[in-house]
Amino acid sequence: MTAEVNDVAIRAQGLSKSFGAVQAVRAAEFTVSRGEIFGLVGPDGAGKTTIMRMLAGVLRPDAGGILVDGVDVGAEAERAKLRLSYMPQRFGLYEDLTVAENIFFYGELFSVPRKERLARSTELLDAAGMSPFRRRLAGQLSGGMKQKLGLVCALIHTPQVLLLDEPTTGVDPVSRRDFWAILYNLRESGVTILLSTAYMDEAERCSRLALLHGGQIRYCDTPARLKQAMPGALFAIASPTPRALRTAVAGQPGVLGVLLMGDRVHVRVDDPARRLPELRDLLAGLGVPDGAILATEPGIEDVFVALLGQEAPT
Amino acid sequence: MNARRLFALAYKETLQIWRDPRSLAIALLMPLMQMAMLGYGVSLDIKHVPLCVYDQENSQQSRALVDRFVSSGWFSISRTLGRQAAIRDAMDRGECIAALVIPVDFSRQLATTGSASVQAIFDATDVNTTNIALGYAEGAVAQANAQIAAQWAAAHGIKPSLVGQVDLRPSTWFNETLDSRNFIIPGVVAVILALVGAQLTSLTISREWERGTMEQLISTPVTALEVMLGKLIPYFVIGLVDAGFCLVSAVYWFGVPFRGGIGTLFTTTALFIIVVLGIGYLISVRIRSQLGASQIALLVTMLPTTLLSGYTFPIDQMPAPIQALTLVVYPRYYVTILRAIFLKGSGLTDLWVPLLGLTVYAVAIIWLAARAFRKRLD
Ligand SMILES: Nc1ncnc2c1ncn2[C@@H]1O[C@H](COP(=O)(O)OP(=O)(O)OP(=O)(O)O)[C@@H](O)[C@H]1O
Ligand SMILES: [Mg+2]
Repeated sequence: MTAEVNDVAIRAQGLSKSFGAVQAVRAAEFTVSRGEIFGLVGPDGAGKTTIMRMLAGVLRPDAGGILVDGVDVGAEAERAKLRLSYMPQRFGLYEDLTVAENIFFYGELFSVPRKERLARSTELLDAAGMSPFRRRLAGQLSGGMKQKLGLVCALIHTPQVLLLDEPTTGVDPVSRRDFWAILYNLRESGVTILLSTAYMDEAERCSRLALLHGGQIRYCDTPARLKQAMPGALFAIASPTPRALRTAVAGQPGVLGVLLMGDRVHVRVDDPARRLPELRDLLAGLGVPDGAILATEPGIEDVFVALLGQEAPT
Repeated sequence: MNARRLFALAYKETLQIWRDPRSLAIALLMPLMQMAMLGYGVSLDIKHVPLCVYDQENSQQSRALVDRFVSSGWFSISRTLGRQAAIRDAMDRGECIAALVIPVDFSRQLATTGSASVQAIFDATDVNTTNIALGYAEGAVAQANAQIAAQWAAAHGIKPSLVGQVDLRPSTWFNETLDSRNFIIPGVVAVILALVGAQLTSLTISREWERGTMEQLISTPVTALEVMLGKLIPYFVIGLVDAGFCLVSAVYWFGVPFRGGIGTLFTTTALFIIVVLGIGYLISVRIRSQLGASQIALLVTMLPTTLLSGYTFPIDQMPAPIQALTLVVYPRYYVTILRAIFLKGSGLTDLWVPLLGLTVYAVAIIWLAARAFRKRLD
């Protein structure tokens, strides 16, 4: 094995999958290096779950090859499963089993030695802030707790590759913070993480992102470079009536896109030197003060909208 | 095959059964209820029992009695006979299940003494039907009596209660003691085990699909064979407990004599349980909803066990093509075996033919079940 191959945790080549007439994934190609946190971002139905399922070896691709931790998933799915953990989008643990019973079950399925299982589950439950809930039925946990339990069960056998499908959707901010603290720790220990997310702040934390649309990977790069790739420049305008402002600005010459961000409106223009005075004039006419308009750095949400040409999820 | 994974699956399944009221009810309550219900005999509403009449007198009064039988709707006259010996032939040919014989001096006896006896003969091969028909005959005679008594009392000025009236003398042919229990209870046990066994396992895989736990389960290195065995082991234990309950109550509750050996009973029962659990599991793998799976399991076990196992309808009384069909119906073998163990005290060697049938079935079902489950979403 060459050093380059050793460094690759996940490689997908020409991955395709159709359900009847629906092409869920079309010729997806990407490579994830060891220790990366790789994000899949895209609107509903973009094909995120389908890609994850194929990587996890539970769905057979129509075409294409997958390598996970050096194992060909198409040929040796069962061997690949020893090295990875997959947390499905829908809660996949047993609600009629307690926290401890679920952990025991998944530990045993991966033949984790007893001592190691006990030590690891103590450590993971502590990190997740869930130690007091060992005897609680999984079905009686809050949404955030459930997801953290899912992560604990996924990590009980120390996988090399972790696949998380929208792990923090519907999770409260405190649990999300715990969750990400665990993920960063894992990355330190060399675990590769591939996750899909609907949250733009989470996408920003990934080392690299794949922007998915209509089953195709449109862009794949670091968040910083994706921002650079965004055409035009961005101004943020604060306004007490952002919706009205959005309507007024949209359709002006040189305006490429307008995005509502809370009480501000992000306006993307082709040529900032030329368009700023024009915008100022327009705003003056609307009674918006001069200081309300500022040049701003794009967030990943702006990039998402600019590159995929549509509203981001959330 | 990995022993730890197998144990983990069996343990998990046991916990789930223990915490699922529906599974618990099927495992523990259903055998009790079914045993009570089926054991005490299903009362079928039978109409138009074919009746042969040998009316030796053919008087107005004898014809009035026959009319009572027919007008109730319970009987319909299939033939009128001219001699006693014809009854046997008619029954052999299946032309009638009951025969009514009215003596030549019927109306004279009634007129002089106020009472007369008639004979009713039943083909008791099918004990259930016989019991019901017997009840109908008694009802018809009672109605006739009420009328005769009223007429007689009016004519003689005596209170009707003092009149002796028509006396029905029933006799049964082909199964003289009419002891159906010994025959039916072993069949009931087979029906219950088939129902309960297939119901329980029909839920086991479909439950994982329905609750969304399957996707994560199949992303682990667990093998399909481990899933099958790990899930079937707890149900096998439950099946044995249920079988123990049914068989013990057959002996101590319903008083069926037990003449065979425990070892023979255990071996054959275990084999039968494997077959029914395997069938339920196969259905569960194919149908991804619990409700659908349990309904199909009900259909697949209920129809053959109640209709074709010979539990109520004797196999040798069925038309030849149906008899041939029963050969592929697994409960048939177990019903035959149970009856032989209970009533004749047969051992494994006496029973090699049905035992072979059951074994072939068990091996085939388990083979199919082991191959049916795929660790794939599509
Ligand atoms: N089992 C299936 N049968 C039929 N169509 C499917 C199946 N799974 C996915 N699809 C279709 O494939 C497309 C991609 O679905 P997928 O679940 O991968 O999207 P997603 O990006 O995960 O969306 P979401 O954000 O809603 O989870 C959708 O159009 C979906 O309807
Ligand atoms: Mg999805």
